[in-house]
Amino acid sequence: MAQVLVVTSGKGGVGKTTSTAALGAALAQNGDKVVVIDFDVGLRNLDLVMGAERRVVFDLINVINGVAKLPQALIRDKRLENLNLLPASQTRDKDALTEEGVAKVIDELKTKFDWIICDSPAGIERGATLAMRYADAAIIVTNPEVSSVRDSDRIIGLLDAKTVKAERGERIEKHLLVTRYSPGRAARGEMLTIEDVLEILSTPLLGIIPESEEVLRASNIGSPVTLANSLSSPARAYFDAAARLRGEKVPMVVPSDGRGLLNKLFGRKAA
Amino acid sequence: MTLFKLFRRGSAPVARERLQILLAHERVARSQPDLLGQLREEILAVISRHVAFEPDKVQIKMDRGRSVSTLEVEIEIPNALGAELAKAS
Repeated sequence: MAQVLVVTSGKGGVGKTTSTAALGAALAQNGDKVVVIDFDVGLRNLDLVMGAERRVVFDLINVINGVAKLPQALIRDKRLENLNLLPASQTRDKDALTEEGVAKVIDELKTKFDWIICDSPAGIERGATLAMRYADAAIIVTNPEVSSVRDSDRIIGLLDAKTVKAERGERIEKHLLVTRYSPGRAARGEMLTIEDVLEILSTPLLGIIPESEEVLRASNIGSPVTLANSLSSPARAYFDAAARLRGEKVPMVVPSDGRGLLNKLFGRKAA
Repeated sequence: MTLFKLFRRGSAPVARERLQILLAHERVARSQPDLLGQLREEILAVISRHVAFEPDKVQIKMDRGRSVSTLEVEIEIPNALGAELAKAS
């Protein structure tokens, strides 16, 4: 059975698109058929992060409007053939994103894929509520920082009220993905700890993605971090999170890039 | 002294406490407008079964006091109908 996931956060810039690409590529490397959908109409970026920006011909709105058929709009990843992208439109006609249209597209995708991952835009407007509307489960991306945690709380409220599952009286599964985490800073009391965030948001943890230069490097070259450098600490954390999504029991650790004692002593600033 | 304490403990405990207080308030506030809207709809439905009035001549206010909260419903009824109602009571 196909699983529909929404990657959401409320706040912008916390790593929704990065996480969508990284988890999508991680699930696809396991052999599952995956499609990632960009819901950020007018400000699409998933194509750029995945390195497919020059291959966009048709988009989600074109499919909803009947201008293109779904297979024409899907972009197959050049590195992973079972990873696909459905880009957002770059025009501003946000109203073209209709509830019925999105429902139809997701229903069709369900017949072809194991995972449908909806990359939500920031905010709590139409694009964000439509991205979560048909989800079976939500991944709430949160930075250990006050404004991000507050917005996540707001989004959790929306997930419990505005999704089809919630309206039917069913529970929408929620997973917290903490990104840009620095264990060192948290230990020194400079950053909210994982325990703090979990206690405040009371949502089960899907994974902890450590702060890392590799994330920017991956987006620079247009590759999900789980493909760009699969041995890096953020990639390993995303692989673990993907395994948990598949239902595997993986111990929760914060991967670190194996550094020597000298680096640990002198590289503290960066931790 | 406070600065010294902040420096020593780090700022994360402050963030944690501020968030806990803020979110407790916001969660309550979030569930409130819904309750008020629902009350409004149901009260109006009952009254409109007996009296005709204009929906925009209705004011519903909720005041939260320390020990008692009040719900204030004010409906403007056209004079003709008002006289009838007064007679009936």
